[in-house]
Amino acid sequence: MSLPVPSYALPALLVSVCVLAACGQQTDSAAPAAASAGAPEAADVLVVRLGHVAPLTGPQSHLGKDNENGARLAVDDLNAEHFVIGGRTARFELLGEDDQADPRQGTTVAQKLADSNVNAVIGHLNSGTTIPASRIYHDAGIVQVSPSATNPQYTRQGYKGAFRVFADDVQQGGVLGAFAVDTLRMKRIAVIDDRTAYGQGLADEFEKAAKAAGAEIVAREYTTDKATDFASILTKVKSTTPDLLFYGGMDTQAGPMARQLKTLGMAVPMLFGDGACTVEFHKLAGEGAEGSYCSLPGVPLDKMAGGSAFRDRYMAKFNTDIQLYAPYAYDAVRVVAEAMRKAGSVEADKFLPELAAIDYPGLTAEIRFDEKGDIKDGAITLYQAKSGAWTALETMGGKAQR
Amino acid sequence: MDIFIQQIINGLVLGSIYALVALGYTMVYGILGLINFAHGEVVMIGALTALTAIGVLVPAGLPGPVVVLAGLLIAIPVCMAVGFAIERVAYRPLRNAPRLAPLITAIGMSIVLQQLAMIAWGRNYHTFPALLPALPHRVMGAAITDLQIIIVVTAALLMAALLWLITRTRLGRAMRATAESPSVARLMGVDVDRVIAFTFVLGSALAAVAGVMVAANYSIAHYAMGFMLGLKAFTAAVLGGIGNVGGAMLGGLLLGVIESLGAGYIGDLTGGFLGSHYQDVFAFFVLILVLVFRPSGLMGEKVAERA
Repeated sequence: MSLPVPSYALPALLVSVCVLAACGQQTDSAAPAAASAGAPEAADVLVVRLGHVAPLTGPQSHLGKDNENGARLAVDDLNAEHFVIGGRTARFELLGEDDQADPRQGTTVAQKLADSNVNAVIGHLNSGTTIPASRIYHDAGIVQVSPSATNPQYTRQGYKGAFRVFADDVQQGGVLGAFAVDTLRMKRIAVIDDRTAYGQGLADEFEKAAKAAGAEIVAREYTTDKATDFASILTKVKSTTPDLLFYGGMDTQAGPMARQLKTLGMAVPMLFGDGACTVEFHKLAGEGAEGSYCSLPGVPLDKMAGGSAFRDRYMAKFNTDIQLYAPYAYDAVRVVAEAMRKAGSVEADKFLPELAAIDYPGLTAEIRFDEKGDIKDGAITLYQAKSGAWTALETMGGKAQR
Repeated sequence: MDIFIQQIINGLVLGSIYALVALGYTMVYGILGLINFAHGEVVMIGALTALTAIGVLVPAGLPGPVVVLAGLLIAIPVCMAVGFAIERVAYRPLRNAPRLAPLITAIGMSIVLQQLAMIAWGRNYHTFPALLPALPHRVMGAAITDLQIIIVVTAALLMAALLWLITRTRLGRAMRATAESPSVARLMGVDVDRVIAFTFVLGSALAAVAGVMVAANYSIAHYAMGFMLGLKAFTAAVLGGIGNVGGAMLGGLLLGVIESLGAGYIGDLTGGFLGSHYQDVFAFFVLILVLVFRPSGLMGEKVAERA
């Protein structure tokens, strides 16, 4: 099939990863270091093994599958392009793992990937799983690129191999706070979060920014990332008469929450971060969705160069619509491949410097990393729910649409 | 005050659902001394079956309440069949095995059903179409929807019918006799296997109703929804006194109200030291207190009323 490759990306070439030379010491892996050496078959084929981790079971599995599909599309593209690394044609393999959005399970599968000497890891989806797993990858010398973990802590642990292609919560929370107070002119704001690293982190950053802009936080309530009943906390919130309700968490809670808000007879608009900025949200919230706001790092898919072509290919291949982070997972794979091509190697210690210094015109953005591993100039777009879809309002920061 | 009333309403709606599910646990426990951990999955299957049926019926253009009722009437026999099959496959062969064995098969059954549902219905959340009017009525400043009224009333009617069945019918007498002592009941001419199968079928029918209520009230259903609900309902059954039918009803309603009030007031009561994330802690704390002072649960001592 023809690639939607933006013209710049000369056929990207490469991919992957590494058994890192430096890394093997801490993992007690007895696994043969098969990865870098190119499999037993044709000697000139370089096998590059990429781990991918996201929740594939449980309430967030629709998002996890979306990430994995995005990564798989990238891998298939790379293979179809006969991507060349260091003079050898690379064959990319994706090892998809399921962390169930559970931090404990996240470390278990991280260790498994470390033991099987993958060349790099794309993931995880949630901040709560990404942060504990990043330590395992760091110890094993494996490069990690998360397409969607936004908690600032992830890249602030001093791990050189930890990257993300998505704006973090400090940026996003700041934009959301300013938007709520300066643009929407909301004065009394209630905040709910799901107590995960992501939800809590984003809610904290939002609260800080909103307060700094002059709003009053009238309630701070909590739920979990598995809850479906929000009647009692919403009733509590109702008693504080807020102008706006901010929820830090995923669509699986945000949707039902918006609907229950309506059954409680509350006409308070809701504001969300990226986790609820999905197609699924509208299905879950029904009529309750109308008028809600959300933010999503990056520019809208149809404003990305090649965005609509990407969606078409995605839908043709997986027979479902993009939920959320698939384009970012795609870019995460491509950017790792590009670094490998530049380094001419799938060894982490060789391609890591290339990755840190990369300037790659990805699908979602011009990808460059700062010294922490965060994407530079990440744009953030605000959306409003109008008749069953998110409509882009404005894009803040970044080099908005190219 | 309106906030307080609203929290009570929230709690009663939630509690009615817990109570219906708790009945399934407590009836099986009363008769077999077995915790049917797969019961939560039966609720889930009820919700998803109804949802699928409703999805098929909606295009037919029937009025919303009729469609929901039809979905419910399809879900009930499906759940009954599932309950019957669970007993046949997982518990009957182990009737005389050590008590640990059926406990393990119960957990196994729960996992099997959950995974089968994941394969059949996928991993996504399914949404319940807006067939019932969601606009709230105002009652003393609190909001309540038609659906919530229906849930509370239906649950109360079903519980009354169940009590009647257990205390006033031949079958109920056979159930009570079996609970008392299966071997003696058998000697008295009670078909114990049939009574046990019936108990599972009956509990599953109630679970189907509860499943449809959950799906309709929260507008969502997914393959993993049965686990937490089952755990809460089990807690409600223990709170009321497991094995005691009246206790399950009381325990369910109490747990719902406690959770609701806990989430609403725990922050104020502790001056913000504890927040609504302690909602579940609050509910389980009450459970522990009750068990410390009444180890058999609130209504647990009246063995004669066991069903």
